[in-house]
Amino acid sequence: MAADLTGRSNTVAEATTKAPVRLLVNGQPYELLVPVHRTLLETLREDLQLTGTKHGCEVGECGMCTVLLDGEPVLSCLTLTVEVEGRTVTTVEGLERGGELHPLQKAFAQMGATQCGYCTPAMLLTAKSLLDRSPSPSEDEIREALSGVLCRCTGYIKIIAAVEMAARQMGAPDSVA
Amino acid sequence: MASARRSLNVVGKPLPRVDAWGKATGRTRYADDLSLPRMLYGRLLLSTQPHALIKRIDVSRALELEGVVAVITGRDVPVRYGIMPVGQDETALAVDKVRYAGEPVAAVAALDEDTAEEALSLIEVEYEPLRPIMSIEEALRLPEPRIHDYVPAGNIHRLASLEFGDVAQGFAEADYVREDLFFFQGNTHLPMEQHSALAYWDPAEGKLTLWSSTQTPHYVQRALAKALELPENRVRVIATPVGGGFGGKSDPFHHEICAAKLSMLTGRPVKITLTREEVFYAHRGRHPELMWVRTGVKRDGRITAMEFQAFLDGGAYSSYGPATTYYAGTFQTITYRIPHYRFQAVRVFTNKPPCGPKRGHGTPQPRYALEVHLDKLAHDLGLDPVELRLRNLTGPNEVTVNWLHITSNGLRQCIERIVEASGWREKRGRLPYGRGIGFAVSAYMCGAGLPIYYNDMPHSEVQVKVDRSGNVTAYSMAIDIGQGSDTVIATVVAEVLGLYPEDIRLVTADTDLTPIDLGSYSSRVTMMVGNAAYEAAMKARQLIFRAAARELGVPVRRLEARDRTVFDRRDPSRALPFAEAARLAEARFGLISTIGSYRPPQRLGTYKGSGVGPSPAYSYSACAVEVQCDPETGEVKVEKVWLAHDIGRPINPILVEGQIEGSVYMALGEVLMEEQAFRKGQHRAPSMLDYKSPTIKEMPPVVSILVETDEPRGPFGAKEVGQGPLLCVIPAVANAVYDALGVRIDETPITPEKVLKALDEKAKGGPGRVGPERKPDFAFREPTRVERPPGWPHYRPHEEG
Ligand code: FES
Ligand code: FES
Repeated sequence: MAADLTGRSNTVAEATTKAPVRLLVNGQPYELLVPVHRTLLETLREDLQLTGTKHGCEVGECGMCTVLLDGEPVLSCLTLTVEVEGRTVTTVEGLERGGELHPLQKAFAQMGATQCGYCTPAMLLTAKSLLDRSPSPSEDEIREALSGVLCRCTGYIKIIAAVEMAARQMGAPDSVA
Repeated sequence: MASARRSLNVVGKPLPRVDAWGKATGRTRYADDLSLPRMLYGRLLLSTQPHALIKRIDVSRALELEGVVAVITGRDVPVRYGIMPVGQDETALAVDKVRYAGEPVAAVAALDEDTAEEALSLIEVEYEPLRPIMSIEEALRLPEPRIHDYVPAGNIHRLASLEFGDVAQGFAEADYVREDLFFFQGNTHLPMEQHSALAYWDPAEGKLTLWSSTQTPHYVQRALAKALELPENRVRVIATPVGGGFGGKSDPFHHEICAAKLSMLTGRPVKITLTREEVFYAHRGRHPELMWVRTGVKRDGRITAMEFQAFLDGGAYSSYGPATTYYAGTFQTITYRIPHYRFQAVRVFTNKPPCGPKRGHGTPQPRYALEVHLDKLAHDLGLDPVELRLRNLTGPNEVTVNWLHITSNGLRQCIERIVEASGWREKRGRLPYGRGIGFAVSAYMCGAGLPIYYNDMPHSEVQVKVDRSGNVTAYSMAIDIGQGSDTVIATVVAEVLGLYPEDIRLVTADTDLTPIDLGSYSSRVTMMVGNAAYEAAMKARQLIFRAAARELGVPVRRLEARDRTVFDRRDPSRALPFAEAARLAEARFGLISTIGSYRPPQRLGTYKGSGVGPSPAYSYSACAVEVQCDPETGEVKVEKVWLAHDIGRPINPILVEGQIEGSVYMALGEVLMEEQAFRKGQHRAPSMLDYKSPTIKEMPPVVSILVETDEPRGPFGAKEVGQGPLLCVIPAVANAVYDALGVRIDETPITPEKVLKALDEKAKGGPGRVGPERKPDFAFREPTRVERPPGWPHYRPHEEG
């Protein structure tokens, strides 16, 4: 079937319907008035200028736009801002604590897990949610957890190694070898 | 040159890349992360037709929509451009005719994205469809309708026909001759970042600035100037960190010119970010290629002659196609001594998105054909495929039959290391049915020896500035596309000045502020920018050493720089902090600002076509792949990959491994899954869901082995690694499938369906092969005969100083 080359979605009229939303992003409370069809991705990048969150398709296929919603990874391109009323959002900008990088960030930098870096924010957040619930994951668990985020540069090997290293450093000495 | 014998401080050390921290914190600003006050959002309207005349475009309704600021069509930007001087066949928006479904025909700028998108639906385009030409065979068979009329005949874009030595004589000397046909399917780069460009026209200055996710800011600057009829020095292009390129962001693109034009018309900044679907149409990816190869050998496996023919599906425009056409036949000779070699290629136009350079530019296809062909030849002769190769290898310091100058050459070591590490001798032909091991080798250039447009200026220049705070800044137009060019520059400069890579500030990829680098393509950056950076840093060091020598009362030649200190090698207590030495140097000489310029060595060949292939040096790779195939489902699972790469010397081993692993990943996608396929004139799957590529779950372990040959022309002995390692993986997988199941899949991707079909055919007593059956009926013109280097293979060129 031929692709729809004009890519229709929302009309301008719909864009004018707005709703109030309160949310907590990286510990900071916000009250916003957003169009009801506005995605969390757009709100983060355009309204809050948190451009660390990336996009590669905006239709739920690449995982670049992953953020944590109450600690769980979600695709922000498929999440409407109005749906996250009252919830907690973590983006890559929220990984640092008091100027100190998260062990995953350090491990990604040191192990060469970032090349072009475009998938890195999504990888970091997805890995964080994994380590938060499973501090010493097996390699298979890591692969499973990260499988929704594509990376075209690294071949994933150094990403897996970085997650393993961070797990070890976060106090799980018996993590996978 | 820059090869160093002394012990190295930061070169070769596994340090984090200098841009790692920005990337690991989300601070790196990619093109779409940028915005400017009063910025408008642009969108492109795409052709729904693969081949049609544009009868009418009516934009009036779109212009009436509230929030729409400007709409342009092909007539507003009619000047032709293209990446190569011989391929000026593109316009920013189609003029009168569309040549592929997905080609932009109009562009809109509006206050927000939704409005821009809405406006697209209000543009009316009336097409008069023409018959689409959708395959190599059709393009060769049908001279009409013509996709372009600037080429001499029909839909044939480019031709190459060369003969080195005397192929007839070579075949006459052969004991055995074999020929094979292969097809390599087209596939695309699929960078995670969509292309994006932000343009700002300053009417007061009469100056255009474009921030763009591009691998080639200099070439984009030239194309913008041409297409918009501006003086080149009124166009500033700033390449933003590229979120994946792989060759796919090396052409000037529609959206870049449209954003600029819309900004000029509206007086406001305009940003256009492609949708994922549009990225599939922007393409410039791997050419689908049909290949025929015939080789004559002696009984012991020594090659006596080879003929190679390639039929390339170029898509609708030239792009880098004239070069790609030659790359189909150029590098066969840098791995093997081929005494008599004939190469012929034809690139055709079809009504599909244009093909161009993808990692390995035009060489993965012939490498796949060659390496599978040689595997078959070895089996015919009862030889170990590794043995067959060892009997034909090129060596260091030789000139190939087509006049390419090989300097360092670690191919033999690569092969030995792979045979050893993979257990090749124990495994080949001995693994249980369904399991197999395959082998292949490859080579690649370290930068194209010629620029895209002819000129005799340097290919790369670096400026190094040292200020009185001790701060060191390196200026270079090189753009980091993830391959690590920033880290290479910083590491080279830091090594020379006795600093650490993190001490070096970088100003890169800005055509106003930085001296030339031609771009991140053809694996040229480490070699060319690295050498320029080395030269500039050495000149700065010389000034600093002269000032320090006077202060310390020791001769310059006894000074050394290390750990941010300049000191007397004989008495290290006589030392100055680097910053202090820099201040003394500035006091004595004025501003410490030095330059380095790199120009590749002169090519040796002088025949027509000899401009494609020459390079300062060549990298080599060898690879073994172990697979597990399921004869019930046809599925091929890659269990492990061993890859040895002749890197010369690694500037940073983490980056080198990263390039090897990324290359293996990309190769596995190409050989097993990926295809840019079309149906009824339309792209079959312009989405990531449908375009199947490997995920983290399919990625096998990779054993990377670095072979060091200390390339005399490389900075600190270094060679390329970004592209070469991809090449050998593809045929190694195909050969492994044969070892596992006894069937030959002579066509990529090797899908389960093809494996099952071949098994089925074999069970019925057939040869067990899936692949092209017939060579197209096409008469190449008589090849141009080129003399071999005198005394080949023992010809030695005069080394440059
Ligand atoms: S942007 Fe691709 S999944 Fe959200
Ligand atoms: S590092 Fe480039 S996509 Fe992952």
